[in-house]
Amino acid sequence: MSNQSPRRVIPIKVERQSNLTAKERSAVLEACMRLKGLPGALLPILHAVQEALRYVPKDAVPLIAKELNLSVAEVHGVVSFYHYFLQERPGRQVMHLCRAEACQALGSAALEAHVKAKLGIDFHGTTRDGAITLEPVYCLGNCALGPSLMIDQQLHGRVTAERFDALVSQSWERT
Amino acid sequence: MKIYVPRDAAALGVGADQTAQAIVVEAQRRGIDVELIRNGSRGLLWLEPLVEVDVAGTRVAYGPVQAHDVAALFEAGFTAGHPHPLGHGATEQIPYLKRQERLTFARVGLTDPRSLSDYLVHGGYRGLRTALALKPDDIVARVTASGLRGRGGAAFPAGIKWKTVLGAPSAQKYIVCNADEGDSGTFSDRMLMEGDPFVLIEGMTIAGLATGATRGYIYLRWEYPQAKLALEAAIASAAAANYLGQNIQGSGKAFELEVRMGAGAYICGEETSLLESLEGKRGQVRFKPPLPALQGLWGKPTVINNVITFASVPIILDRGSEFYQHFGMGRSRGTLPMQLAGNIKHGGLVEIAFGMTLREILYDFGGGSFSGRPIRAVQVGGPLGAYHPESQFDTPLDYEAFAAIKGMLGHGGIVAFDDSVDMAAQARYAMEFCAIESCGKCTPCRIGSTRGVEVIDRLIAGENAAKQETILRDLCETLTYGSLCALGGLTPYPVISALNHFPQDFAKPVRQSSASG
Repeated sequence: MSNQSPRRVIPIKVERQSNLTAKERSAVLEACMRLKGLPGALLPILHAVQEALRYVPKDAVPLIAKELNLSVAEVHGVVSFYHYFLQERPGRQVMHLCRAEACQALGSAALEAHVKAKLGIDFHGTTRDGAITLEPVYCLGNCALGPSLMIDQQLHGRVTAERFDALVSQSWERT
Repeated sequence: MKIYVPRDAAALGVGADQTAQAIVVEAQRRGIDVELIRNGSRGLLWLEPLVEVDVAGTRVAYGPVQAHDVAALFEAGFTAGHPHPLGHGATEQIPYLKRQERLTFARVGLTDPRSLSDYLVHGGYRGLRTALALKPDDIVARVTASGLRGRGGAAFPAGIKWKTVLGAPSAQKYIVCNADEGDSGTFSDRMLMEGDPFVLIEGMTIAGLATGATRGYIYLRWEYPQAKLALEAAIASAAAANYLGQNIQGSGKAFELEVRMGAGAYICGEETSLLESLEGKRGQVRFKPPLPALQGLWGKPTVINNVITFASVPIILDRGSEFYQHFGMGRSRGTLPMQLAGNIKHGGLVEIAFGMTLREILYDFGGGSFSGRPIRAVQVGGPLGAYHPESQFDTPLDYEAFAAIKGMLGHGGIVAFDDSVDMAAQARYAMEFCAIESCGKCTPCRIGSTRGVEVIDRLIAGENAAKQETILRDLCETLTYGSLCALGGLTPYPVISALNHFPQDFAKPVRQSSASG
């Protein structure tokens, strides 16, 4: 008499449940189809995905990997290497606040503290109402007119605490 | 009636679009016919948005002009160049601009960056015409004779790099432009790409002719969306007019160009990581050798130069090597577009021949600090450049002179700090930045930067300070000699210079003195 358990099949390949909506999935596939012929296509594809979906969802990674004949690890490695690619769904606006030296020389550390307090979040966080995601950036090339802030793709120079508050109330009104 | 309002990102950041719109609306209201031209920036950034009016062929400057100033300007008759409190007279006569030697930036701010015909009228593509009549060897010889050194920071002679690529046998070679201008305090690449994108395209095309490369990439940082728009528009116009493509100006020579976007990684300004990134990988540094000139992009011979390097080539071909070589001092020939940034009253772009002192540029051009307080420290050459105290302000802006005081000119960024700066915090930030941006390939940079932050924290807290200082200096030596690339290798510059020149900032509580005999 043995207490041998019934034979079990160990799955070799686990198909993970994808949480992408049909629309997201087609956006990812469209980007792959359009750009995969380019030499070094991965970064252009990731840019296109982020442009369409505003971030690179975790479940987009295996899709992209399959299309480019890369491993999931390779694609994940690239997504996570670059600060610009967001791995979590961001707020309706993404604010990139410059932390680099030229802005520091104009008091950006104090501005940074003000921004975090005003929004109630730290870097990489999103406000509870889902309006704003705050990211650090290391130079926006606006070093003579700092402190600098980029809201989506729009640059703002000479940002004071007051000017920031005005910009935030604008974006809160809009959303 | 021509009115110029810059489309440069720095100008947009302080309201240039709103100003431009207000001008259009106000002109309409008054029934004045205005041709609005969105030029690049003149580089007098504290005056942005700088509006210029063409008065009988002379451009008259007003700035900074906000949208709410526009009605009053019309009222004062600025369309006829009449005086107004925001007026500065003829733009070319403003001392900040008049004292410069603009070679690479000759057209920036002057022309419409979206107009190929404007480029041609202002001397564009004359360098290419010269190059098309020359053999590749002769183009390389002229670039070498000009003394042009890479403007990205490392200052390697451009001609030598090109010669290596020319001599490397390969069916496919590449020209890559490093437009990943990540150094804080620098914006000359951005201003050039936004203000005169054709000159970069022309320079890269000449590099292609010189080395036999038929394909080029501009690797641009994502933080520069305006530059992307300007470059893509210019590439399309250049291609439509056969300045790019399979048969450049009927010569039978081919050169294709494409913009590729980076994704926020400082390390990708390092040439081998940039190549990895272009290939679609993590931007990790490669071992050298092989040099990119022999095995670069996809293993093929590759010229990789900075924006300003390529943009300096057309004038060398057009005016001759001697003309360019005549500017400068010692082994630093030609001009360097310096960028005055940080806590400075008159920040902007100053293109001058090498040799002016730091003090002259800070005070004669910069007008001292923005805050009005004394300038205490100046970081030259980006986040990996040294912090210089006032006692070093008489150093001439020259590659070798800065190397001699354990600093570097780098890409020409000058960041001023007033006396409220805490230099220990700056040193800590340098290590923190290295930790954030390290590609992770080599241990001294990856681990050393994090350890550096910890040691500086203990040093500042006064925990056995003398010992911490010894450890920090030792760690910096490991970074200097043990790192694969300049990120780990040069992070000690800002750290050690802060420690050497501003030791009092590190000694907050009672500092333990080392035992003496």
